[in-house]
Amino acid sequence: MFQNVGEMILLFWRCLQALPLAWRQRRKVLEQLFEIGNASLLMACVLSLFIGGVLALQTGPVLVERGMSSVLGGIVGLSMCKELGPVMMSVLIAGRIGSAMAAEIGSMQVYQEIDALRTMNINPIHYLVLPRLLAISLALPLLVVFSILVGWTGGAAVSALNHDINVSFQSFFGNLREVVKPQDVLNGLAKSLGFALIIGVVGCHQGLSTIGGPRGIGRSVTKAVVNSIVLILIMDYVLTRLLMVFDL
Amino acid sequence: MATNQNSGGVRISVRGLRKSYGGHPVLKGLDFEVAPGEIFVVMGPSGSGKSVLLKHIIGLESPDEGEIFVNGDPVHGTQITDKYRMAMVFQSGALLNSLTVGENVGLYLSEHRLESEENIQRIVAEKLDLVGLSNLQHRTPSELSGGMKKRVALARALAVEPQLILYDEPTAELDPLSAITIGEEIYNLGQRIHVTSMVVTHDRDLAFGVADRIAIMFDGEILLVGSPEEIRQSTHPAIREFTTANFNLNKTSKAP
Ligand SMILES: Nc1ncnc2c1ncn2[C@@H]1O[C@H](COP(=O)(O)OP(=O)(O)O)[C@@H](O)[C@H]1O
Ligand SMILES: [Mg+2]
Repeated sequence: MFQNVGEMILLFWRCLQALPLAWRQRRKVLEQLFEIGNASLLMACVLSLFIGGVLALQTGPVLVERGMSSVLGGIVGLSMCKELGPVMMSVLIAGRIGSAMAAEIGSMQVYQEIDALRTMNINPIHYLVLPRLLAISLALPLLVVFSILVGWTGGAAVSALNHDINVSFQSFFGNLREVVKPQDVLNGLAKSLGFALIIGVVGCHQGLSTIGGPRGIGRSVTKAVVNSIVLILIMDYVLTRLLMVFDL
Repeated sequence: MATNQNSGGVRISVRGLRKSYGGHPVLKGLDFEVAPGEIFVVMGPSGSGKSVLLKHIIGLESPDEGEIFVNGDPVHGTQITDKYRMAMVFQSGALLNSLTVGENVGLYLSEHRLESEENIQRIVAEKLDLVGLSNLQHRTPSELSGGMKKRVALARALAVEPQLILYDEPTAELDPLSAITIGEEIYNLGQRIHVTSMVVTHDRDLAFGVADRIAIMFDGEILLVGSPEEIRQSTHPAIREFTTANFNLNKTSKAP
């Protein structure tokens, strides 16, 4: 997996160089955005609601026992926006969209569609990779905002309805507003942008390097998902540390 | 972008071309020239390296040794497709499955913004007519038969108005009548726009029907280059066997 990191960095660099051409690919970016939203919104909603709920369920009774139920909103709020929202959504999107990127581009590779593009002097990086990378970089942070909001709601709902916790909506969000600063949300968004680039670059790179016929496509898809999840978790630590250094 | 002053067919020179995959030699030192406007057929059995040769000529693969020139410009190390308009008709068609037939045919023109949207529509319809597939613009490739895909691929190549066109087994998987249509189109195109054509095939009828010259390729080597007449009269045993093989099946069963 790691011997490809150089190639992936190169691919990313080529996309950065191609950024001035992005406007020409706007239609494909929109198509991709639509596809990502369509494939993931419902799942993101369910996932976030339950993650927020479980978070409240786990921490709530412990805090109540110690008479600290007033800080529950802050705890759920912070964990959701700095860690769980970005990481959960990235893992979900890696499985749902990173895999699709590897499969689509991989099958184009296997069935010589990419060769055909090259003979027509169309750069596959501009035509295939750039729009996907742009779309996921826009979509994932948006999805994370959505996930954070839904997660907070889930946490608040469980806190209010569970008899062992019994923290009202008002006090939950009151504490959350005190603790969570806009910069904490930005922190989560910055991370999710990093994760989006990982998913996009890994998925497209795996697709482009597919070999060995139709069976190769399956291998590329599996590798794309596994590798991007591993890289996301490693980068999560690195980015968290970096953001701390810069006091964000 | 392809410049228009470079119109008309190009000259192809192949010098000492060698290529191995994983230590297994596939092209074992090829040397030949294709003149501007010529229809040059490379004929040989499956696995002799014909597709690999075409991929080298259009720059999809790089040689281990040797060089290929288009009008004197080396194919490798330069962006040859920037300078000359070339097209390849892939064996499987290689149509983009995510696009419609019409978008496939017009892809070169629309991606490089060479024509207005209206003109592209007109050219697409014209090229599809030419290959006998009128009014299929809005279909998707997955709805087409193998033979139709190949004809769409030909239409897509024609839309490039190429100076060099490479055909990989253009008649394989086609019924005899479609094969004749394709053969006629290859021939007429050469006459009409003086494109240089290189056809790779194991179809003898096609080869002898359209070729100005034929190269016989066996196992990564070119055994003979000559006019169809010269090839017919060759006394080389392997060539004779290949060019005269007939469908006389040996019907004695070897199974017990
Ligand atoms: N990318 C590749 N990697 C490894 N071997 C290849 C590759 N492309 C072609 N070959 C091998 O080269 C030989 C010639 O292939 P090809 O040019 O497709 O034959 P044909 O004359 O039927 O078109 C075959 O043995 C094939 O296995
Ligand atoms: Mg072949």
